[in-house]
Amino acid sequence: MQRYSIASLARGAVGGHLQWSRAWRSPEPRRSYDVVVIGGGGHGLATAYYLAKEHGIRSVAVLEKGWIGGGNTGRNTTIVRSNYHLDPNAHFYEFSLKLWEGLSQELNFNVMYSARGVLNLVHSPADMDAALRRGNALRLNGIDAQFLTREEIARRIPNLDCSPKARFPILGGLLQPRGGTVRHDAVAWGYARAADALGVDIIERCEVTGIHVERGAVTGLRTTRGDIATRRVGIAVAGNSSRVAAMAGVRLPIESHVLQAMVSEPLKPVLDTVVTSGAVHFYISQSDKGELVMGGDLDFYNSYAQRGNLPVIESVVAACLALFPSFGRLRLMRSWGGVMDMTMDGSPIIGKLPVAGLTMTGGWCYGGFKATPASGWVHAWTIARDAVHPLNAAFTLERFAQGRTLDEKGAGPYPWAH
Amino acid sequence: MMLIPCPFCGPRSQVEFTYGGDATLRRPAGDADPSRWADYVYLRDNPCGPHDELWYHGAGCRSWFVLRRDTRTHDIIASAPVGEPLDGTRP
Ligand SMILES: Cc1cc2nc3c(=O)[nH]c(=O)nc-3n(C[C@H](O)[C@H](O)[C@H](O)COP(=O)(O)OP(=O)(O)OC[C@H]3O[C@@H](n4cnc5c(N)ncnc54)[C@H](O)[C@@H]3O)c2cc1C
Ligand SMILES: [Zn+2]
Repeated sequence: MQRYSIASLARGAVGGHLQWSRAWRSPEPRRSYDVVVIGGGGHGLATAYYLAKEHGIRSVAVLEKGWIGGGNTGRNTTIVRSNYHLDPNAHFYEFSLKLWEGLSQELNFNVMYSARGVLNLVHSPADMDAALRRGNALRLNGIDAQFLTREEIARRIPNLDCSPKARFPILGGLLQPRGGTVRHDAVAWGYARAADALGVDIIERCEVTGIHVERGAVTGLRTTRGDIATRRVGIAVAGNSSRVAAMAGVRLPIESHVLQAMVSEPLKPVLDTVVTSGAVHFYISQSDKGELVMGGDLDFYNSYAQRGNLPVIESVVAACLALFPSFGRLRLMRSWGGVMDMTMDGSPIIGKLPVAGLTMTGGWCYGGFKATPASGWVHAWTIARDAVHPLNAAFTLERFAQGRTLDEKGAGPYPWAH
Repeated sequence: MMLIPCPFCGPRSQVEFTYGGDATLRRPAGDADPSRWADYVYLRDNPCGPHDELWYHGAGCRSWFVLRRDTRTHDIIASAPVGEPLDGTRP
């Protein structure tokens, strides 16, 4: 691997940038591997990287039906945070945030982690109780949380309508200063390049169409580029989790739903914090290119279409204008959708499936980008040791039948309600 | 935008409806094995293609009905009152 540094950049500038080589190879699939990871999004690539790096397993392939990062990794709104209430979620996402903090150095690739702060607005006395309770729980878990008054918010975010006459009056907000954004494509590329350097084969345009199971154990995969023999398979396919698990006869507590996002035309810096409002189902940040990146609710019906319908776009924009009236002059540039693997309790499934040698990391709902490093790290651990790590011990598939659901929102078994 | 054919009111905008999920689930007997109950409450086929699902016409006749819709394209294939077959024939 060609290391990136200020010196190599300077040498490149002098030489007309002709010396750069490909960031990762494009090998033909071999006939067998020790481990095959299905899905070349951030989670699959991170799994492969940590298998090679932490566990010395280098006969690893990542099979991606399209191109790496072309799924939800390249479609999400890039917010990272660890401000979860329930202990297993709090510890897991905090581990992830700590990995984000050092990831550019770890991968020798700038993933542009920007700790600009994530602010959850409080609009009502009930919101206030919930925010203070969660803030205190976070601090007890050693996670940064800070309550801001309305005046402090008005000073920090001048475009936000903090007046008492606002359509959704702002009473305060809970800030996680270390939360922020990360460049999504760079995460896929950085993990791919680092995994490739450790010997991992990244194989694009290779769809898995069958999982061979003999006497309750995985023996190989059928793909559009031939059969591959392997005894260990990790599934990391986000919205397609149900379809791929079904190839091994496993049914999951998951429904696939579409989530949309949209961007405005680019403008000069106007918003340096990620702002979210649970009450109006809205969040916004400004990308490094200058676009305002916005999102809100699911479309609320099962979908594999990777696109949604107009009512959600309208409600997101209406919420935006209620909170930031001055953004009404902007034009919307693009909107798109991704297929979410919504679980029955809103928390992920990272662990073994009831077929020997088969594991998954999935059920990320609409919040799995922030989990990418930790998900890959614990998934690799589970594949390498055939056991759960304390960090994913609560995220097993069995928790549903055992009544140990992790229902952060208290919404019950309705996947579209989380 | 989806135009959803309510079997009672005819085609209406999707914003008048609320989604109710998989319509093919069958509730087990009260004393059925707990594993059957866990499957019923949590597991879903989640098909990529035609999906039979419940919808509620909240801003119309306030009835529940079954819609067959393709989850790949959002194309609507058929709708019927709960308990009646989706192909339009009477049982
Ligand atoms: C609009 C939107 C906004 C979001 N915002 C946020 C956010 O702000 N913060 C956050 O934390 N999360 C967010 N998310 C969620 C986040 O994007 C996902 O949870 C996360 O990226 C999932 O990563 P992944 O690697 O599992 O999935 P993906 O990147 O989707 O990777 C899965 C890959 O598997 C491949 N695949 C599927 N089936 C097969 C097969 N049979 N064979 C081979 N390959 C296959 C797919 O092509 C895909 O590339 C958002 C999602 C969307 C859609
Ligand atoms: Zn009706």
